[in-house]
Amino acid sequence: MPRLKLTVLQIGVGLIFLLLWHVLTVYPISGTPKQVQFFFSTPLDVLKRCWTLFASGEIWGHLWITLVETVLAFLIGAGGGIIFGFLFARKELLAAVFDPYIKAANALPRVVLAPIFALWFGLGIWSKVALGFTLVFFIVFFNVYQGVREVSPVVLANARMLGMNERQLLRHVYWPSALTWVFSSLHTSVGFALVGAVVGEYLGSSAGLGYKIHEAESVFDVTGVFAGMLILSVFVILIDMLVTRIENSFLVWRPQTSLAART
Amino acid sequence: MDQATSLAAVALNDVAITFGPKVGGYTAVSGIDLSVRPGEFVAIVGPTGSGKSTILNAAAGLLKPSAGQVKIFGNDLTSLNLRSGYLFQQDALMPWKTALDNVAVALESKGVARSEALQRAKEWLGRVGLSAFVDRYPHMLSGGQRKRVALAQVLIRDPEILLMDEPFGPLDAQTRQIMGNLLLNLWATDRKAVMFVTHDLEEAIALADRVVLMSAGPAAGIIGDFAVSLPRPRDIAEVRMEPTFHHIHKEIWASLRVEVQKAYSQGEGA
Repeated sequence: MPRLKLTVLQIGVGLIFLLLWHVLTVYPISGTPKQVQFFFSTPLDVLKRCWTLFASGEIWGHLWITLVETVLAFLIGAGGGIIFGFLFARKELLAAVFDPYIKAANALPRVVLAPIFALWFGLGIWSKVALGFTLVFFIVFFNVYQGVREVSPVVLANARMLGMNERQLLRHVYWPSALTWVFSSLHTSVGFALVGAVVGEYLGSSAGLGYKIHEAESVFDVTGVFAGMLILSVFVILIDMLVTRIENSFLVWRPQTSLAART
Repeated sequence: MDQATSLAAVALNDVAITFGPKVGGYTAVSGIDLSVRPGEFVAIVGPTGSGKSTILNAAAGLLKPSAGQVKIFGNDLTSLNLRSGYLFQQDALMPWKTALDNVAVALESKGVARSEALQRAKEWLGRVGLSAFVDRYPHMLSGGQRKRVALAQVLIRDPEILLMDEPFGPLDAQTRQIMGNLLLNLWATDRKAVMFVTHDLEEAIALADRVVLMSAGPAAGIIGDFAVSLPRPRDIAEVRMEPTFHHIHKEIWASLRVEVQKAYSQGEGA
């Protein structure tokens, strides 16, 4: 029952927002409707535009490109983050030597890298993948590093007393511990992979959701911009739901509280 | 003396353990001479901060003594003592593995094939009364059930020495009794050398063949060694009614009380 109530309330908030938007842009409350609509469009126009985009089939290709870029950026970034996170957590010296460089690299705003990546990797998907990679890599890297370092000392001592060698410790103790940290940051890192893809497209490309939004903006097509943003939001929510599902199936061993908080 | 030392499952000779710098560090224990024969159940009792667990960790090879030697069946202990099984006070199960996997992995690390390890882990979980809980993750089990899994995890490796660090400390009184009897029953079928650390004198007498008493720290040492002449098999609850139990308890308590007060007054001073 509370679940249903919650859903009704959630939808209600969205409807009220759309209604307000509609009333304020269609009726002459804050100026002549034509003028207001130039700046804010109307919810019905935006929905209509979304419908045409899907009905004409035009948007599918762009969605596919953005999805491919996001998935590639996430996989490569997470893979690199896991490998280097493990390596640095297990080799004290390596971590100490590279510490200032990693901090400096992570502090760099990624947007400034986008033109460089476009130069290196061209205007195709790989410059966007590279941008997403720089975002995802550090999140996963820091989480794996932390996860390996903060393995419970008692669990570790117990595993060693059970006769596990370094390889077995890695498999039965360090890896699962690090994985919890990776999963706890999964929503953030997948989100950043998408940000990297869209920002990259926005700054220079010929396909993808970011490109669609940029294209509409350059001709002051506010309806097109909002339509692109709406599609992007729904896309993000769908990906996030998928991530939650993967997370729940991987972390079945976790206490119920954290699961209950998410559902 | 030499003969007895070489036969001992665990022998600590003049062991001292200092934390921190060699000079000016905190000396937890010093001058420890203790030997445990194969098949003997020794309880180590002392006030808080008397270094009971420190001694146990030295016997496990988790801590290196700053002076003296640790010998396991006559051999110098240089790394982890893998002839022993260690039951920790805190939860030490891998939270991401089911009860069954937690126990099976203890055998897999010995090179036993997974299918056989799972089979034997099932048997062991049955022996500790958890047949119905094999697929549960640690957080789905009660504190007592987790201790049973930990016990199975340690015993399935068939160690020659059992090291136990207040293993039933966090449990409630009834569960402690049940666990104590379970431990005695399992031990009776295959007598291993046991070092059992506890601050509970009654538990120590009820379980052990010998109770070793430690002084209050710092630089704690052994100040008493009492044989427990109660017959076996014992029932933890019933053995406490025996006149012999009371007699031994009174004798040890007379010494322990002084140390507990010493530890207490130091705690207040600090």
